[in-house]
Amino acid sequence: MSVMRYAEALRLAMTEEMERDDRVFICGEEVGQYQGTFRVTEGLLERFGARRVVDTPISETGISGLATGSAMAGLRPIAEFMTWSFALEAMDVLVNHAAKITYMSGGRVKCPAVFRGPAGTGNQLSAQHSQSLEAWYAHIPGFKIAMPATPEDAKGLLKTAVRDDGPVIFMEHAGLYAQRGEVPEDPEFTVPFGLAAVRRTGSDVTVISYSHMVGSCLKAAEVLEKEGVSCEVIDLRTIVPLDTEAITASIRHTHRAVVAQEEWKSVSIVSELASLIYELCFDDLDAPVERVGGPMTPMPYAKNLERAAIPNEKNVIEAIRKVLA
Amino acid sequence: MTKSAVEANQKEMLSKEEMLSLYRLMLLIRRFEESTYRKYREGKIGGYLHRYDGQEALVAGIIPQLRKDDYILCTYRDHAHALACGTDPRQIMAELMGRATGCAYGKGGSMHLIDPDNGFYGGDGIVGGPVPIALGVGYAIKYRGGDQVCVCYFGDGAFNQGGVHESLNMSALYGIPVLFILENNKYAMGTGVERSTHQPDFLLKARAYGIEAERMDGMDILEIHSRTQAIISNIRRESKPYFIEMNAYRFLGHGVADNPQQQKFYRSESEIEEWKNRDPIHLLGRKLEKMGWLDDSEKERIEESVKLEVEEAISYAERSPEPAIEALYEHVFG
Repeated sequence: MSVMRYAEALRLAMTEEMERDDRVFICGEEVGQYQGTFRVTEGLLERFGARRVVDTPISETGISGLATGSAMAGLRPIAEFMTWSFALEAMDVLVNHAAKITYMSGGRVKCPAVFRGPAGTGNQLSAQHSQSLEAWYAHIPGFKIAMPATPEDAKGLLKTAVRDDGPVIFMEHAGLYAQRGEVPEDPEFTVPFGLAAVRRTGSDVTVISYSHMVGSCLKAAEVLEKEGVSCEVIDLRTIVPLDTEAITASIRHTHRAVVAQEEWKSVSIVSELASLIYELCFDDLDAPVERVGGPMTPMPYAKNLERAAIPNEKNVIEAIRKVLA
Repeated sequence: MTKSAVEANQKEMLSKEEMLSLYRLMLLIRRFEESTYRKYREGKIGGYLHRYDGQEALVAGIIPQLRKDDYILCTYRDHAHALACGTDPRQIMAELMGRATGCAYGKGGSMHLIDPDNGFYGGDGIVGGPVPIALGVGYAIKYRGGDQVCVCYFGDGAFNQGGVHESLNMSALYGIPVLFILENNKYAMGTGVERSTHQPDFLLKARAYGIEAERMDGMDILEIHSRTQAIISNIRRESKPYFIEMNAYRFLGHGVADNPQQQKFYRSESEIEEWKNRDPIHLLGRKLEKMGWLDDSEKERIEESVKLEVEEAISYAERSPEPAIEALYEHVFG
């Protein structure tokens, strides 16, 4: 184990996978000479050369095509989007090609590509840069979706993503890049997809979340502990595949559930989680499921408005109080 | 090179057997396409059906000279490309009929034929779709240091989609071994080039990205064959993209729904007839006759063998089972 930042853990994962497998390469805007917009790919061009660390023009469709086509032809690309907001430019390649080629070909052609980059809200980046769109991808059959909340998971999930034979949507959170944590140095360390982590055990309520929002849920649990409320906090780690077993097992124990995310609340991951919980655990529930999510507005710029638009631990606390009332 | 010189040269390069085999391939494509329409009318083929009638030379002039480890990509008008790649017509017909024995096990249909074993990485339902994919396939070739080429077919309509421009730029930037074939059949569905494209000189656009480009007569298979030979070996040697605009024509409507009545909204019968006078199959047939390599009885023999092959494909497909219902959930993830 060594302590490192979330961004460094991602870099370590890519470095190890590139050392292990010559088919792995990186492409994206500013990933090489500039050392990465968020320094995630720092030093990789010097280490692996321009063949394997490919600086691209600002052409998200081209970048996605580069990754999808090379994956179909047997490579294992990691395409970086400067932010997931820019991936909106590439939606046809991602949704109509990367996600579907395996199915459309009856499994004769695969697409082992990783699409990664920062998602999430904050930093007064306003409407076009500050958003979280995981529900779009979760809606499409064919994608796996990983959203790590810790440096350890950042490394372990990214390595699993590179080794997966299908396309993986890997959403990092810019607000987590500087977070430090223990990370295993073992190059064979991976975190499997579809296995949620119980970040805190408790008996009164199950709080389910992922990515940056897990931190807010843990803070809420700490606050409520002082009031004698025992919260179990589950970090999903991957949205697809979803660890429904971990969710149902916990709710059978606590009988109450709060689902929390940063993205817009309507037609979202928490909507899906709530309906799943009703389908699978209706008889176990002592209260309706509470959903925490962003208000249905584009992200505003002004500090006070932005603060009101990004869900935080206070929203989680309110939701927990509601299900316990 | 003058036209007669091309022909003289051609006679040297292509043997009688080779030329007859190209003739047969074009005829197979035509007869196969005709049969798909019959099967569509019978309700045995569903979805959209886009036929390649009139454009046969674009695939028959190029694909047979490729190696098995080369890559071919195209759009939804893809039956001809699969046939030219050497995909078993039985598997193509079975795919069109949604059978388990189809080349994509019944999951893809007409627009998504695919056969990686023969280098065919797929049709594509999106007009500009194969172009960004070709960039990536070509990058994989270059990455591994191979001398394969990727041949990417797309239409004049696709040129007004952004991804095509991004990919042309990047393929030139990185030196990607892709042969871009613009199937300029004059219509993006029902919108003529002059109504969709303010600058209709496509060569100018390719050259703007630093890609060498030339125009060819898409009806003349021998011209296509002889001129692309050197281009393909150059791409293998130098690893850089090349662009060819094929002056071609779509004899039929965009798809089945674009029937002759519908086509009157955007093109005249006389225009269609004019192009049909230069039918690529008849053009080659006449040349072969002049050379004394094809007579009526040989023509009859080829026609008969093609007919048998198409009938066998239909009968195979009709005898084949539909996919098992469990297949619905197979191959969703990689």
